[in-house]
Amino acid sequence: MEHFMKPAPIEKKYFTPGVMVFVVLAAIGLVFLAIRFIGGIGAVTNLDNQHPWGIWIGLDVALGVALAAGGFTSAALGHIWHREHYHAIIRPALLTALLGYTFVAVSVAMDLGRYYYIWHPLIMWNGTSVLFEVGICVMIYLTVLYIEFLPIVAERFIGRVNLPGLLSRLNKTVDSLLRALDRGLDKTMFVFIIAGVVLSCLHQSSLGSLMIIAGPKMHPLWQTPILPLLFLLSAIGVGFPMVIFESLISSRSFGLKPETPILTNLGNIIGPILGIYLAFKIGDMVIRQTFVYLTTITTESVMYAIEIVIGVIVPLRMFLSEQVRKSPAGLFIASSLVIFGVFMNRLNTFLVAYTPPYEMTTYFPSVGEIAVTVGFISIEVLLYRLMVKIFPVISHPQKDVAPQTKFSVRGMI
Amino acid sequence: MLKQDRRSFLKTSALIGAGITGLKSKDTKAQTRHVISEDRMGVLVDTTVCIGCRKCEWACKTAHDLPAGDIESYEDRSVYEKMRRPDDKALTVVNEYSNPDPTKLPTNVKVQCMHCDEPACLSACIVGAFSKDESGSVVWDTEKCIGCRYCMIACPFQIPAFEYDKALQPDIKKCDFCIERTTQGQLPACVEICPVEALTYGRRKDLIEVARKKIKNYPDRYIDSILGDTEVGGTSWMYLSGRDFQELDFPKLGEDPAPGVSESIQHGIFAYFVPPISLYALLGGVMWLNKKKEKSKEE
Ligand code: SF4
Ligand code: SF4
Repeated sequence: MEHFMKPAPIEKKYFTPGVMVFVVLAAIGLVFLAIRFIGGIGAVTNLDNQHPWGIWIGLDVALGVALAAGGFTSAALGHIWHREHYHAIIRPALLTALLGYTFVAVSVAMDLGRYYYIWHPLIMWNGTSVLFEVGICVMIYLTVLYIEFLPIVAERFIGRVNLPGLLSRLNKTVDSLLRALDRGLDKTMFVFIIAGVVLSCLHQSSLGSLMIIAGPKMHPLWQTPILPLLFLLSAIGVGFPMVIFESLISSRSFGLKPETPILTNLGNIIGPILGIYLAFKIGDMVIRQTFVYLTTITTESVMYAIEIVIGVIVPLRMFLSEQVRKSPAGLFIASSLVIFGVFMNRLNTFLVAYTPPYEMTTYFPSVGEIAVTVGFISIEVLLYRLMVKIFPVISHPQKDVAPQTKFSVRGMI
Repeated sequence: MLKQDRRSFLKTSALIGAGITGLKSKDTKAQTRHVISEDRMGVLVDTTVCIGCRKCEWACKTAHDLPAGDIESYEDRSVYEKMRRPDDKALTVVNEYSNPDPTKLPTNVKVQCMHCDEPACLSACIVGAFSKDESGSVVWDTEKCIGCRYCMIACPFQIPAFEYDKALQPDIKKCDFCIERTTQGQLPACVEICPVEALTYGRRKDLIEVARKKIKNYPDRYIDSILGDTEVGGTSWMYLSGRDFQELDFPKLGEDPAPGVSESIQHGIFAYFVPPISLYALLGGVMWLNKKKEKSKEE
């Protein structure tokens, strides 16, 4: 009899030497963050009036949002296109998106000169501002992600509510509340799932529109009116590679068998998406004739070439090969390259391409900026590990359980 | 950017809206929600007259409660060795450009916010902290600003500056066209102090007339161009010069308002919320169909 795969909390020890490294990195990041709050943004970053945005926006926010795209792409595939066999990846992708977006929000706050006014956009609207739209969409989407995660919390605690001390008298009440919540969510979840996909499409693309207003301050290789479309396509393109990348890492780290068949199936979809993205990227270059900038060796042309060749063309070719898609190692390398490509693209669009008319110095992130970015990533990894130990997120073989489809969307119409 | 690009973009944005019809290509003019008064004021800077005494720098700081120092210290011309930019401690600065013809005098250029008619900063600001006053001034509201610095990304003249060294309540600093003085009937501080009348304050309309007349009467003195007349949709501050403006480090900008492209894209994606709602409906439909397929398979 084959074991049935079901999401369940992982029972492994939390601390390993690898985890300790992340703890140290997280601590260093937090120290630099403290300096930012004492001495202002200038005390930690290399930002100045010529370069108002650095890696805290270009990577922590823009790349963070792109890499969290696995959440909405797998929700679309699993719930909307209703491919049951992908359900094993939906929860890990959801958790990644949840943590990813939470840290996007935190990173934005850290980068705001007046972080305590972060709620202002809720009541002070500016319809012409792309940033306003991104901000509002991200806020709503983050809420949607938490709602999507609630059933997992309910599943974990229903029938197991065990509050300490005096509070234990409330056990029954909390339990029935959870049950009511779960039932209610079960019927309405499809509303949130579709909303999540729509909101993602909106802000993933608008994140690209952000830099359009910089006009001639941006290098023509990246400044194009189809930036929003390119951002949306690359986000969709990086969604599944991110899921594969994580799935392989966590099965390794938790000593589980990699879910190669599902990942291979996912890999089948990636090639075509990357192909479409590449076609738009090249088409745009041809129409605007920006290839002339590639004939000389400059930082921009080299960065552009790396982005396209190593970050798009090579992994595209790899995903088209069946051999690569069938082997965990091949999938891992190809997925890493796609992630690298999107990393390069966001870095290029937000930082490399940005050349203000009066540039007296060039921007390179300070040690503090890098430490904070690395620290945030470490905290995310640590939280992920903690969450999968507490909540039923990762599917692994279980004995004596019946197939369960509860969290597919039901009760449509 | 080419006109064609935008049009083809708008077509693709229809794709983003997942094949929704009703998305018409709008022209790319920015939507002016702010009042643009016919009688808005402006300043005409005649760089052929400016002697680079930097008194305006001192007056500006004094008027805006910034540490100004001694007015005599501004006679030091060694600052001209390097190009300077307005920042959080000086809302206006004067630069000097030596003349390629050594028998001629160098040109001095005062730099500050241009007070655009279609300000990119205003369009971009996430909370709408900027407004264009009827008087022409583009002013910033400290009550709203959250310090995201998107205005700095947007401004085509690279003007807004940020107080990076402040942990609490850092401001965006830029010239406010002395709005507090002008509403009380006073001249902007820089205009008032200028000893050679290189700066003329007046209705923007009239200033353009004045500038045209000057160019017509002294064709040897001026090049036939007013910077700010049409650049990025027109600005309240305008410049006359005897040399090409690019030689004086003015950015080369087209006539389209800086926020135009981004606003029309934004408008395309959000046209009355039709695209997002249609996408929602479309996905709902797909979900329902797939669900049905599944059911019929089970039966
Ligand atoms: S020059 Fe820059 S800061 Fe001044 S109004 Fe124009 S866009 Fe705004
Ligand atoms: S820094 Fe302030 S004024 Fe500038 S765009 Fe952000 S909120 Fe608006």
